[in-house]
Amino acid sequence: MSILVLADLHEGQLAGATAHVVAAAKAIGGDIDVLVAGEGVQAAADAAAKLDGVSKVRIADNAVYAHQLAEPMGALLVELAGDYTHVLASASTTGKNVLPRLAALKDVSQLSDVIGVESADTFLRPIYAGNAIATVKSDDALKVMTVRTTAFDAVESAGSAAVEAVEVVVENGQSSFIKQELAQSDRPELGGAKVVVSGGRGMGNGENFKLLDGIADKLGAAIGASRAAVDAGFVPNDMQVGQTGKIVAPELYIAVGISGAIQHLAGMKDSKVIVAINKDEEAPIFQVADYGLVGDLFDILPELESKL
Amino acid sequence: MKVLVAVKRVIDYNVKIRVKADNSDVDLTNVKMAMNPFCEIAVEEAVRLKEKGVATEVVAVTVGPKAAQEQLRTALALGADRAIHIETDERVESLAVAKLLAKVVDEEQPGLVILGKQAIDTDNNQTGQMLAALTNLPQGTFASEVAVDGDKVNVTREIDGGLQTVALSLPAIVTTDLRLNEPRYAKLPDIMKAKKKPLDVKTPADYGVEVASKVSLLKVESPAERKGGVKVASVDELIDKLKNEAKVL
Repeated sequence: MSILVLADLHEGQLAGATAHVVAAAKAIGGDIDVLVAGEGVQAAADAAAKLDGVSKVRIADNAVYAHQLAEPMGALLVELAGDYTHVLASASTTGKNVLPRLAALKDVSQLSDVIGVESADTFLRPIYAGNAIATVKSDDALKVMTVRTTAFDAVESAGSAAVEAVEVVVENGQSSFIKQELAQSDRPELGGAKVVVSGGRGMGNGENFKLLDGIADKLGAAIGASRAAVDAGFVPNDMQVGQTGKIVAPELYIAVGISGAIQHLAGMKDSKVIVAINKDEEAPIFQVADYGLVGDLFDILPELESKL
Repeated sequence: MKVLVAVKRVIDYNVKIRVKADNSDVDLTNVKMAMNPFCEIAVEEAVRLKEKGVATEVVAVTVGPKAAQEQLRTALALGADRAIHIETDERVESLAVAKLLAKVVDEEQPGLVILGKQAIDTDNNQTGQMLAALTNLPQGTFASEVAVDGDKVNVTREIDGGLQTVALSLPAIVTTDLRLNEPRYAKLPDIMKAKKKPLDVKTPADYGVEVASKVSLLKVESPAERKGGVKVASVDELIDKLKNEAKVL
């Protein structure tokens, strides 16, 4: 078996997700290469070379791969895929954008959001917003899959793989990058945070989300939101936790003013400990919460902050 | 320009699904079905492009059993001009759907194809990207804004961490994210009129596409149940439990 892992980048640096995908690759077994593609990504390649279990890092450093647009990335992966039995990427927006192109071009199916490896051809993945777990077997010659990072523990940074340049440069006359607006935050990344505090429609407005700041600071937590809070314009959409937003599985998830719709639960019900703060005793969130506190969040949040 | 919209019939998003006792699949008998929410957004965007005079014709297409014609009629009631039903009772994976849609794209030559970003049953998030690859067209996935500008379309995409805008040469494939628009409801007179709009029925064989997949579904299980939790009476008790019982603080 030989596995290619597409590295995740965040502003040119290696993103934490990659270490989780390498862990999934180790569960499959075989040689693991990591592909770092982008522009000015030497530092990311060096970081990838340190990941435990990686045999080789392949670096494609060229302006055409800047921002990892789907068209050139798909073409690059098709050129390289012949050397591998498996191609993996995290189920990030980049992995989801690029990998199905590779699969279609190689005329194979793709397995999305893999959460478990049973063998080199049999995998577990959630369907119906995480309300069922499917075991699927792929008889395709090339297995293309995205990996749910929260389902695999990150590998350590203790290795020292060689970094080798990839000379493949593809043309892209179809798409071009115009701009990017990234939300600025000093807090931990939502997907990798050990503690997440999320607000829902019950927060009332965007201003009230500040009530979560002090608690998040004290706990070193990331702040998330339900779709209702995003749709109401309280917070930007990249904070959304759920089937259509981010999937998180922190040690502690605190849901404040969130009713617990199926769509939201899909994004957080694998958290180790769930706390719900809600004034509606009947809210479905209490059915999954380990600890529930019924009451007015405007009384509870300041008290919680002062006592932590 | 012609706009092609793909829609899928799925279990209604409010339904709490059940896994079959023999673990072969999810039980879909007597369950309420509906148009996939992301597909509704795709139809809405296509109809808005028509209302703006950008699109001249909106064609809705689906792959699925006979009953999926209900979802095509819904698309027609919302403003699509005609529909194509590719009828099959088989379980059709994303790749086969993409191959069928690629044939339709070849035949219809649309200027823009709009799909939902994912279907809420299989949660794959693949078909649009695969269609783009097979037709060799550029893709704008997870779109929260679509602006056609001459022979290009600017697509603002929801990415991890924020928003990204890309320019794509037309024709192009776009997949919708939730914030692209708020779909309208079908009005009764439009539902009546939709019954008279043209709906072509085809089969995968008409397009020469083999729908069988090399991926087999071995079993479907319910996820591990969470243990019932407790309600605490005060903030002090909550902090105490988190520190001493759950040991997460």
